Amino acid sequence: MIHLDLFLGFLRVGLFAFGGAYGAIPLIRDVVLSYGWLSDEALIYMIAVSESTPGPIMVNLATYVGSSQAGFVGAVIATLAVVLPSFIIILLVMIALKNLLKNKYMQAILRGLKPCIIGIILATGVFMMLNNAVGFAENFAYNVRSIVLTIILATVMFALPFLLKKKVSPIMLIVISAVCGIVIYGI
Amino acid sequence: MNIYLDLFLTFAQIGLFTFGGGYAMISLIENSCVEKKQWITHDEMMNVTVIAESTPGPIAINCATFVGYKKAGFLGAVIATLGIVVPSFAVIYLISMFLDNFLEIKLIANAFKGIKIAVGILILDAGITMVKKMQKKVLPRAIMVCSFIAMLAINIFAWNFSTISLMLIATVISLAIFIVKGAPEQKGGAKK
Repeated sequence: MIHLDLFLGFLRVGLFAFGGAYGAIPLIRDVVLSYGWLSDEALIYMIAVSESTPGPIMVNLATYVGSSQAGFVGAVIATLAVVLPSFIIILLVMIALKNLLKNKYMQAILRGLKPCIIGIILATGVFMMLNNAVGFAENFAYNVRSIVLTIILATVMFALPFLLKKKVSPIMLIVISAVCGIVIYGI
Repeated sequence: MNIYLDLFLTFAQIGLFTFGGGYAMISLIENSCVEKKQWITHDEMMNVTVIAESTPGPIAINCATFVGYKKAGFLGAVIATLGIVVPSFAVIYLISMFLDNFLEIKLIANAFKGIKIAVGILILDAGITMVKKMQKKVLPRAIMVCSFIAMLAINIFAWNFSTISLMLIATVISLAIFIVKGAPEQKGGAKK
């Protein structure tokens, strides 16, 4: 029964995928290949599509796989299944949270976790920006256009606010980057 | 505007403009839910990020459920979560129906190369905002710098070391210091 399989398979993905989509890709691969829904090659292509379309990568993948296996109903079921665990867990955490956050051990844990996550996010941002510009993950396969675009976008985000006295919104930056991408990589 | 409609539209907008995973959307949520709508404070946003990172599932879903529940209870949580999911569902469904060679379309590929660069900058911006609003004390700063260096090394050298392990180490260190030395004095407080 493909609908039940889709539901259970993506429930497993939603339940055990910690630390964002990139951490979840091995798990998704395991589930998708073990049910024989896609070939390895098709999955790699779908991951690339999921990264290039808006929305959480895991949700995109679930919709894509569900739709390819069982049409619209399959897409709805797989998407629901991947979302359900985090939805329920957050509700439970929030109901417990009121008292939990006042607990002195919980506060000690948060005092350590918060700066740790800030460091992780900062490092991810620095790495992604440098890697997009000079590509050290690909043996410095740098590209003049990427460097130019990085400089333009970083200027818009970090330097322009001092002139305009107003921050550029993230959505605005995404729009600018898409237009600049079409222009700079197109010529 | 009706709070349910407002929640749905705000999160649909966030869902439509979030590319490349959860960290980039922190910047979008901070911009719309903290600065513009003032539905949650920066401190609460920080708590959601911590909870989202420590629980399974897409960070975007965790954040939407949290904000929705806080503003309008269970129904609010359902609606905000739907708001995040519906745009990406629609886009992907249409692509899977009609476009077999989506990534080969030159215009889309070039636009996405640009967006990929913006995503890195947005994540950096989210990180910088968090550092600015962090407690100006020795211990949190030390933990932040250590995890920054560790994470950068993990990325550059492609080490097989998950962020969860990094977070566990920080938790253990912070708990150990609390048990040995007790709670830090509160007079410094969080800077706004």
